[in-house]
Amino acid sequence: MPGLFRIGYKLLVNDKGKFAALIVGITFAVFLMIMMTSMFSGILRRSAATVTNVGATIWVMDPAVNNVLSTIPLPDYVLDAVRSIEGVKYAVPLYSGAALVKLRNGSYQAVSVLGLDDSSLFGRPELEQGRIEDIYAENGFIVVHDAEFRKFGSPTLGTEFELNDHRGVVVGIAKVANSGLFGIPTLYTTYNRAIQYIPNARFTTSYVLVEPKDPAIVPHIQDQVKRLGYDALTRDQFIQRISRFYMYQTGLGTNVLLMAVISFIVGLSISGQTFYTFILENLERFGALKAIGARGSQLVFMILFQATFSALLGYGLGIGLSTLLIHVAQLRLPSYAAMTTYGNLGLAFAMVLIIAAVSSYIGVRKVLRIEPFDIFRG
Amino acid sequence: MSAAAIQANKLVKWFGEGEAKTFAIREVSFEANFGEMLYIEGPSGSGKTTLLSMISGILRPNSGGVTVKNLDIWSLPADQLADFRLNTIGFVFQDYHLFPRLTTAENVAIPLILKKQDWDASLKLARQYLEIVGLRERAELPPVKLSGGEQQRVAIARAIVSAPDILILDEPTASLDGDTGKRILEFVKGNILNDKRCILVVTHDSRIFSYADRIIRMEDGKITGIMNGSPAGEK
Repeated sequence: MPGLFRIGYKLLVNDKGKFAALIVGITFAVFLMIMMTSMFSGILRRSAATVTNVGATIWVMDPAVNNVLSTIPLPDYVLDAVRSIEGVKYAVPLYSGAALVKLRNGSYQAVSVLGLDDSSLFGRPELEQGRIEDIYAENGFIVVHDAEFRKFGSPTLGTEFELNDHRGVVVGIAKVANSGLFGIPTLYTTYNRAIQYIPNARFTTSYVLVEPKDPAIVPHIQDQVKRLGYDALTRDQFIQRISRFYMYQTGLGTNVLLMAVISFIVGLSISGQTFYTFILENLERFGALKAIGARGSQLVFMILFQATFSALLGYGLGIGLSTLLIHVAQLRLPSYAAMTTYGNLGLAFAMVLIIAAVSSYIGVRKVLRIEPFDIFRG
Repeated sequence: MSAAAIQANKLVKWFGEGEAKTFAIREVSFEANFGEMLYIEGPSGSGKTTLLSMISGILRPNSGGVTVKNLDIWSLPADQLADFRLNTIGFVFQDYHLFPRLTTAENVAIPLILKKQDWDASLKLARQYLEIVGLRERAELPPVKLSGGEQQRVAIARAIVSAPDILILDEPTASLDGDTGKRILEFVKGNILNDKRCILVVTHDSRIFSYADRIIRMEDGKITGIMNGSPAGEK
């Protein structure tokens, strides 16, 4: 480390009170920022859990659909029309709906039901227990072993329940990549059993899942589906549409943005003010350094180093603290929706850089303005 | 006495403009030589500090020039002027301006570090200079643990550690009791002054006049007299 940075480091760190205040300010800001954005990322991921878990390449839906749960049933001809589009390898229907289940202990539990195409079982989950072909057995259902599993009474193979006065039997326990957002257990069954057990409107197909022959043909399929008056979205496009819905139409995004801005302002205020006080207290000494022969650029580098060091340390501590808290929360609450992404980290990093830049700008301005002559004058 | 270390030529400095214009220095000229301990004395507001600042490359005069070792310092750009101060001038400020968060040795090493010298080598040299000023055992303490006289000596060590040709002491006895002030000046004259160095002292403390080779008396921004120092102060 160059000697001047070492001097800057010692001036900063040896002033324990101010250094602690500076680090706490930045850490707190990063912590708040990461927590808020991670929670938001977790919610967004869970909101698109069905899309991720089913894994189809293309989802055909009514243009008004903006999240997985608010399905608008498609007329039966859509499935045939999609199947007839050139470049479609296969297309299958998917039922997605909600129902109320009566458990063995007599209590009721809301569940999400996915009905898979009877012939292909396309979108089936990976099983932890049981065999997938048992889904065809009488009243067969597969329960997803996720954070909501306990709400279904932690069933085992053979556990029975009632769904709209129909008997249901757990024939498999599955694991999926992502848990859902709404805190209810998920059941898989066949498409026909789903529409038979759950009361429906005239049309029953929630989505048509499409697998193209070639990824390059996707735009053509989307175009053809558009002509039918429906949307064909790739998996990523559908996830984006869901994310946009939660971000812009539920107020969730605005709230998270506000919290992020508030945490940024808090961090900036605490660290900016503390750094400013630190510079003010040492101003005469910086002036003395200038009188002795320090170049303006040397002092600027020293202040930038101090600000950057504080910012990076606070950033690291903030990330560590938020990661620890998220981990502990997830141990205690398996359904706790929070996920730290590179995007969150990048955003917090950018915020910390701005805090460092503003803080050092204030300091640099002060230090460059001090005249060594003032040191002599006292 | 030997060659001129500093030549101040018709220095003029004013502050403010229009009706607020106040002359701090009015056509001041003098020379200071190597091997000489030159005092600038006068009442408060007489322009001593302003003069010192112009000589040391800190405050630009409105007119006139300063030549240090045949170099017209006010023709230098800002960065070179800073380098000039770093390499040629050693400052002992009235309030010392030591960094309380650094050790005494680190404070002394600052000019060397500004010169981008190695950290360990700078500290080693700083400790040697602390030994010269009799504070070797205090090297690892923060300055706030030292007495006023000791802090003054640390400031002197910092000023001479980079072997400057010119040493400037601004009111060196202002914060010290009479005896300590005398001991400091005695030390400076006996151990720091040599044929290759010129020492300027700004003071209005007549108790230490005896250590001066010459005394420039200032009043209202002008030199009103140049006297020889007391024989008691001769080397």
